[in-house]
Amino acid sequence: MSDERPTLTRDEVAHLAQLARLAVTDDELDLFAGQLDVILGAVARIGDVAAADIPPTSHAVPLQNVFRADEVRPSLPREDVLAGAPAVEDSRFRVPQILGEEE
Amino acid sequence: MTQLHELDAASTAAAIASGEVSAIEVTQAHLDRITAVDGDVRAFLHVDTEGALAAANAVDEQRSAGAALGPLAGVPLAMKDVVVTKGLPTTSGSKILEGWVPPYDATVTRRVLDAGIVMLGKTNMDEFAMGSSTENSAYHPTHNPWDLSRVPGGSSGGSAAAVAAFEAPLSIGTDTGGSIRQPAAVTGIVGHKPTYGAVSRYGLIAFSSSLDQAGPFGRTVLDAALLHEVIAGPDPLDSTSIPQPGPDVVAAARQGARGDLAGVRVGVVRELTGAGGGYQQGVLDCFRAAVDTLAGLGAEIVEVSCPNFDYALAAYYLIAPSECSSNLARFDGVRYGLRVGDDGSHSLEEVMSLTREQGFGAEVKRRIMIGTYALSSGYYDAYYGQAQKVRTLIARDFAAAFTAVDVLVSPTSPFVAFGIGERVADPMAMYVNDLCTLPASLAGTPAISVPCGLSDETGPALPVGLQIMAPAMADDRCYRVGAAFEAAYTAANGFILKQISQLGAVR
Repeated sequence: MSDERPTLTRDEVAHLAQLARLAVTDDELDLFAGQLDVILGAVARIGDVAAADIPPTSHAVPLQNVFRADEVRPSLPREDVLAGAPAVEDSRFRVPQILGEEE
Repeated sequence: MTQLHELDAASTAAAIASGEVSAIEVTQAHLDRITAVDGDVRAFLHVDTEGALAAANAVDEQRSAGAALGPLAGVPLAMKDVVVTKGLPTTSGSKILEGWVPPYDATVTRRVLDAGIVMLGKTNMDEFAMGSSTENSAYHPTHNPWDLSRVPGGSSGGSAAAVAAFEAPLSIGTDTGGSIRQPAAVTGIVGHKPTYGAVSRYGLIAFSSSLDQAGPFGRTVLDAALLHEVIAGPDPLDSTSIPQPGPDVVAAARQGARGDLAGVRVGVVRELTGAGGGYQQGVLDCFRAAVDTLAGLGAEIVEVSCPNFDYALAAYYLIAPSECSSNLARFDGVRYGLRVGDDGSHSLEEVMSLTREQGFGAEVKRRIMIGTYALSSGYYDAYYGQAQKVRTLIARDFAAAFTAVDVLVSPTSPFVAFGIGERVADPMAMYVNDLCTLPASLAGTPAISVPCGLSDETGPALPVGLQIMAPAMADDRCYRVGAAFEAAYTAANGFILKQISQLGAVR
């Protein structure tokens, strides 16, 4: 079963890193490509379990939606929240440019 | 005379309540112990000397004012750095949060402080709790007090090592796939993973939300139960919190300590006893002796088969990375933590990628990418979807077993503590540490690890853990059977931590 799985290529790992917003280096790509392929090979045996008619479990304990009373409660002081931010301007989070030049 | 840092939590609390010692003296004794040994052990990322002494002073003042003290008032504790603490640095073992000081307390933190427990500081851990050796900490490895060249297990390795090295009688860990139980086993202490939902996750920096659970470490089963009682219970701030109060684990530990297990049915899990190899013989020998001890206490021993446990490793290493790839998306360099490349020439998206690249370590990146892969369209059904179905099958195995037995037992880990650096190059060699602990994680059921002997198979004598698993919301069974075993083991062999030869630990 696991042998039929296509190997994960270096380009595919580069694509995954891009999707995950990780600016990985070339050296890391070489390392991760091999390691991720081994890990995926080991977990691929999950496909061996015949489970077509088995319902999935997302949480161990059955969950119900929880409502609370719609009451106004104090929130954290703005300065406390902004204190941990890497950059602040005019009492707000300052972010880098969102649109690139090509847009 | 026994020194203050050698007392267990229950005795410490009693001595403070009776006025025999002050909370300040107890806290200072532990701060002195940290100064003496933590240069070798490196269990802590941050020690809060001032805050601890102030908290101890408050307990002493309450006592002299005649106020009623909680059962652990004045007892020191070490907090895993994944738990947020208002005003105290919290990094989750990652560079991406270096220097972050949270503006709020986790519910676990709040309950610990409200109980008058004295928080000594924050303990080292694998980055974002991903690992089984604490070597994935972005700061430094932690050393096992039994042999400083070895790992203390993980991911809660700092919390386990602090308790084993007598730097604190209690600590908090978190367990996603075994991160309380496995470090407890390899450092010779007690660690319990509560039923999923028994302890609030509010303020725990999330790794795998459907699996993460905080729990207690102690040097005795009773100490762990006393701390469990403090942190457990419904919390409106966590939507997965179980709305009913849990069982009385302290009473269960006291009952167990009387040593009678007549009428208790104990199931030995065939799939977790090394039939297929991969377990150290010394571990299996200790486990077999532990089962004999339980039988000697009157328990009925039955062999039980849980065939789907064989797929737990594969299911876990799909579910946990999938959830982590989503949870760790919050580290985007905007609201807290590190930001890299914000020089006016990079877009937000580029800054995000540069920040995450520099802020995350190798294991975190590997898991984020595995999770991204497993959740991508075309693979979702084959990987994440299938893993969730296997989770159902594992829960059914547990349910079937618990119709025949009251608790299940296995070794906590297939191995004793291994050498620092020995397994870092091979992720799969690290992952198999969790073989025995993963089924209870996936099923959300409670499980405890209690020391059950020493193995010198790999060199010096090193501790082995006995895992005791129970049905959801029956954590009391873990404590009862654990305390009974502990009493019998200690009567026959003495207190296991007295055999630590390094650090000049205990006399």
